[in-house]
Amino acid sequence: MINTKKMSVPSLLFLLAAGTIIAAHFQLIDLYVQTVIMFIGVNIILSSSFNIINGYMGEFACGHAGFMAVGAYVTSVLNIMFFTNSKTFGQAIFAPELALYFFPVTMFIGGVAAAITGLLVAVPSFKTRDDYLAIITLAANFIIVSLFINMDVIGGARGFMGMKQIVFAMEDVAYIPWMLIWVFTFTYFTVFVIRRFVTSTYGKGIIAIHQDEIAAEIMSVNTNKMKLVAFMLSSGLAGLAGGLFAHILGYINPNSFGILKSTECLVMVYLGGMGSLSGSIIAAVIFTLLIEGLRFIIPAADTLLHLMPIIPDTFHLSQVLKWVIIPLILVILMQFRPEGLMGNRELSDFFPKLKKYYEFK
Amino acid sequence: MSLLEIKSLTQQFGGLTAVSEFSTRFEGRELMGLIGPNGAGKTTVFNIVSGFYKPTKGKILFKGKQIDGLKPHRVTAMGIARTFQNIRLWHDMTLLDNILISQHYNLGYNLFDLFTRNRRYMENEKRMTSIAMELLEQLNLVQFKDEKPRNLPYGIQRKIEIARALSVKPDLLLLDEPAAGLNSSDVQDLIQLIRWIHNEFDIAIWMIEHQMAVVMSLCSWIQVIDFGKTIAEGTPDEIQNNPDVIKAYLGDDNI
Repeated sequence: MINTKKMSVPSLLFLLAAGTIIAAHFQLIDLYVQTVIMFIGVNIILSSSFNIINGYMGEFACGHAGFMAVGAYVTSVLNIMFFTNSKTFGQAIFAPELALYFFPVTMFIGGVAAAITGLLVAVPSFKTRDDYLAIITLAANFIIVSLFINMDVIGGARGFMGMKQIVFAMEDVAYIPWMLIWVFTFTYFTVFVIRRFVTSTYGKGIIAIHQDEIAAEIMSVNTNKMKLVAFMLSSGLAGLAGGLFAHILGYINPNSFGILKSTECLVMVYLGGMGSLSGSIIAAVIFTLLIEGLRFIIPAADTLLHLMPIIPDTFHLSQVLKWVIIPLILVILMQFRPEGLMGNRELSDFFPKLKKYYEFK
Repeated sequence: MSLLEIKSLTQQFGGLTAVSEFSTRFEGRELMGLIGPNGAGKTTVFNIVSGFYKPTKGKILFKGKQIDGLKPHRVTAMGIARTFQNIRLWHDMTLLDNILISQHYNLGYNLFDLFTRNRRYMENEKRMTSIAMELLEQLNLVQFKDEKPRNLPYGIQRKIEIARALSVKPDLLLLDEPAAGLNSSDVQDLIQLIRWIHNEFDIAIWMIEHQMAVVMSLCSWIQVIDFGKTIAEGTPDEIQNNPDVIKAYLGDDNI
């Protein structure tokens, strides 16, 4: 007998994904909306993977974008090297059509590279914690970004491009919105992996480290190994987000993985609630929609205020205001709901009736 | 072969000698006490044995193997469990999770099994849950299994911490001031509990305690330390009448 409870959430998500992909294929939703949907996926990966460290393990890391950069660059460079003719890397090594089949492989390699870079933070975390670890993670972010800025082979500060060719190569095989499919796949994969990790006795070791590290160590939890696993899992998944990000935009620049991007990750985690997977997902959706929404709201408010006339003609509300409004939201959030939207609870803790309809294995 | 053998253990922090030339020996399943005035170095001895400090000098043999310098989780996995003076439970997890996580020394599956949730994972999770439930049943804690420790009375929290230590199936249980902060009726329950655990689980127990009623009624052998030095050892009767011990606790008359 098929367990309907176990299948309810995957099939619902499958329907959602299939619906979006079909709508995109028949151009019922335009490219902009598709990009926003893909960014929601990338942000879900970023916030839920960051939640492993900042939520479940209770450390304050703030260099998540660095690992994203590693994933983005490694995946992009490999894809360009293997499947396209480029000035830097010469002739394609494989037929471009193979890009479609090898995309998960290069993504995986990018993730592994990011996970290994995660050691840069994981090893110091054995002896360091709190503010000091935060500074180390910040430094790691800067190291990674400056590394890419100074690598002229892959564009340096000018950035690296050509990933659109990979997407075109995939579309040559079959003309469907491949990136949308990959984003859905990897987002599902990430949430699935994290969910399995934090609900197992093994994974709960990191929650024990959060609540009392000394007790964890004395009760036979190998805290160093748990930290290693947590940091590598978190940064590896961030690498996946980076790989997707690079192929959605078709262009990456080291500076887009700086401290601002890391702050975005922080905002999402704290908005959603530390140690809540559903919170991370909800926060990623809200945050992405908010950022994209402000793109329209700010000019509209500008026009409105000029019509009223409240503000002088020479003054214009610019998009920079976005970076006033979003931190302001964080300030307000910390004041009135420091535990975030969900705290450390999941959706099913708020709505116990939901438990009747689904079950995770 | 004795269970635990500590030979001339010395611990220095900078210029301060917290413990000096401390020796003891557990032959089998004894219940021993370690007492002394505040700051005597009792907890330091426990911290060294459980692996938090690497001793400056001395040797610790547990079941014939040298354990000084091992990481705490390795020491615990070898069979030495401990509780803390101030309760250190994971307060935001359910009681069942508190016991389950202590099974980390014997998970029986790796990360690959975890992500694929294969049979090995399922069987081991089931095994650990049944071990935890069995222990909770033995200690009459089953009704609290879904409660968070922070919402439970202090006396129960103490009991939970002892239960959690027992879940690693230790051969030696270190209790650091188990009666601290308990009222007199809770203390009576605690004495009964410790005696029952000693018999039922057949383990050696080594306890630090300030309440003499607890130490004197439970321990068969007591060591007294003051300023890191062992000043006396013997049976409860001998200790009670030892002039050095009285001096350490109450001071000298000719001050």
